[in-house]
Amino acid sequence: MTAASDAVAWVLLIPICAAATLAALPGYRLTAGLNILASLGTLLAALSLLVVERPQPGQYLLIDDLNIVFIVLNTFVGFTTSVFSASYIAHELETGRLTPGYLRFYHAMYQVMMFGMNLAFVSNNIGLMWVAVEIATLTTVLMVGIYRTHAALEAAWKYFILGSVGIALALFGTILVYMAALPVIGEGLDAMVWTVLISRAAAFDPALLNVAFIFLLLGYGTKVGLAPLHAWLPDAHAEGPTPISAVLSGLLLNVALYAVLRFKILLAVNPDAISPGPLMVTMGLTSLLFAAFMLYRRRDIKRLFAYSSIEHMGIIVFAFGMGGPLANFAGLLHMVMHSLTKSGIFYAVGHIAQVKGTQRIANIRGLTETHPALGWSLVIGVVAIAGLPPLGIFMSEFLIVSSTFARQPLLAIPLVFGLLLAFGALILRLTSLAFGEPRGNAAPADASYLPMFAHFALVLTAGVYLPGPLVVWFQHVANLLG
Amino acid sequence: MHNLAFDIAHLLAGGLVLISFMMLYQDRLYALLNIFALHAVVLAASVAWQAFIQNAPHLYVTAAIALVFKAIVIPVALHRIIKQLGIHRDIETAVSIGPTMLAGMGLVALSMVLMLRVTGAADPLAREDLAFALSVVLLGLLVMVTRRNAVSQVVGFMSLENGLVLAATGAKGMPLVVEISVAFSILIAFIVIGVFLFRIRERFDTVDVGALDEFRGERR
Repeated sequence: MTAASDAVAWVLLIPICAAATLAALPGYRLTAGLNILASLGTLLAALSLLVVERPQPGQYLLIDDLNIVFIVLNTFVGFTTSVFSASYIAHELETGRLTPGYLRFYHAMYQVMMFGMNLAFVSNNIGLMWVAVEIATLTTVLMVGIYRTHAALEAAWKYFILGSVGIALALFGTILVYMAALPVIGEGLDAMVWTVLISRAAAFDPALLNVAFIFLLLGYGTKVGLAPLHAWLPDAHAEGPTPISAVLSGLLLNVALYAVLRFKILLAVNPDAISPGPLMVTMGLTSLLFAAFMLYRRRDIKRLFAYSSIEHMGIIVFAFGMGGPLANFAGLLHMVMHSLTKSGIFYAVGHIAQVKGTQRIANIRGLTETHPALGWSLVIGVVAIAGLPPLGIFMSEFLIVSSTFARQPLLAIPLVFGLLLAFGALILRLTSLAFGEPRGNAAPADASYLPMFAHFALVLTAGVYLPGPLVVWFQHVANLLG
Repeated sequence: MHNLAFDIAHLLAGGLVLISFMMLYQDRLYALLNIFALHAVVLAASVAWQAFIQNAPHLYVTAAIALVFKAIVIPVALHRIIKQLGIHRDIETAVSIGPTMLAGMGLVALSMVLMLRVTGAADPLAREDLAFALSVVLLGLLVMVTRRNAVSQVVGFMSLENGLVLAATGAKGMPLVVEISVAFSILIAFIVIGVFLFRIRERFDTVDVGALDEFRGERR
């Protein structure tokens, strides 16, 4: 085995072995430590993929420029979330919301979820990718329901039903892609291997490919949280443990997005197939506008940021739908920035909700006075997510808007309108959360600030200065996306 | 031989669609479960027939899974759950039967028009299979949408999965990986569902999803 295939194997093996071990081990301190260690190991394995030589794409696994971006982002946020999760879970154990038995289950599921997501990224087989997305979804369903309150169960149930419908549609789409490939490639495994598909896609039956893409877009789009299939997302974010909200927003949505992008590339190769752009632009804009309006009526702090995730996924899908080197570059950058910022915000929100003992926005006020570190982190996070300079999201949003103005000025109007609407809602809520007369518990928070600060530092750095090699890399990927 | 093979495959797949229609108007949970078991039996027969005419022995495994797991194990288990929960009363349908049947017919017509039009190049057997499979999938969705009870939503979801299995076996030579994974996902799905049903019972003695609505965070 070469160093490269070793690295790929480690990315998958570490989480799955850790899951088995964590399921068997008792004790908070040990398991939380092991969870962090395993996540760190996976991150290091993923980083090594950047330097070692790429393995040849096989029938199951593939490493290329596109998925390395996703894998590194995934394992990085997975690692920081495990650090945050350690302090978050300690508090949940103290208050008795989680029992030791469920703790074991929680840590094991966390690693299984990381395994599922990494597998989805490295798979070169559209069937395997489907299985991996399904694994990641089922584990998050279990995690969302872990508190076993009325609301948590309802959220998990809704997520499960809508997620299953989505995944069923995606499987139907996958079967249709296979049917389209059948006459050209022939029976067997090859007709499901992405690299083989892409090299022969020009000869596929375009009509079948079109229908397949619509099913795939609807199916995986449910997972991305695109309106009108988003109904599961706010509940799942609000009722589960906050580390899970962070990985849901920061990572799982990206997994589904990645699947959509893979099939978009496939469709782009076939000259007679419909262009996926207009469909994605429509869904993206609908999600953006819908979520922007919904932001105003939210009373629950985690739901607020869940709707903000729908909004940003809408922007990203819009950007990829526009296509072209600049919009793709901006979409990719926006995806990375959103993952980092949103998970950072959820780290802050998790500690805030714990220390205040509530998620109701009305009961949380004056955070910058009572808990300066948490309060100001939240301010930075919300300012970033609302798209103010000099943070990273401003830059990516600016690129998206300017490239839209250059090519389709009419589309830029609803886009800018949606962005401003969401901006207003977020700033409105932020002023009441962070400033004003303090309300609620003022006891000092026992928080882990490091993951939060690391994320915001990265977002700030990206807003001020993007390293040259990274820009070159992203530009290359943007060209790949067509 | 080819004609007979085609006719039988056609008959079985068409039978699945018909049974999906029967699910739409069941207003008792036990009856719904029995119909689902019948659905699974016909699916197993259809998959076995595909295995025979495609000369693909691995498909017999899929057929056996459908027969044992979906036609026997799951209906029996759900029967027990219903009995334990004491909910063998009428299903509250969110939409009445007439409009539901009309909607079902519309969906079948839609899937026929769509699939037969786009698969012109594929071989006729796979074409028809795919069109029927999409009908079963859409009818399963309709069952899920029109029912408010958690158990009948699960049944709707499983009939939807049956449609997917039909599509996967109809596609010639589709790798085994996928079939096993489909069966597997149903297994996992069932575990999840079982866990949830029991938790739901523990917490509020009802599996009516409508009743859960009150606990939505927004109305706190």
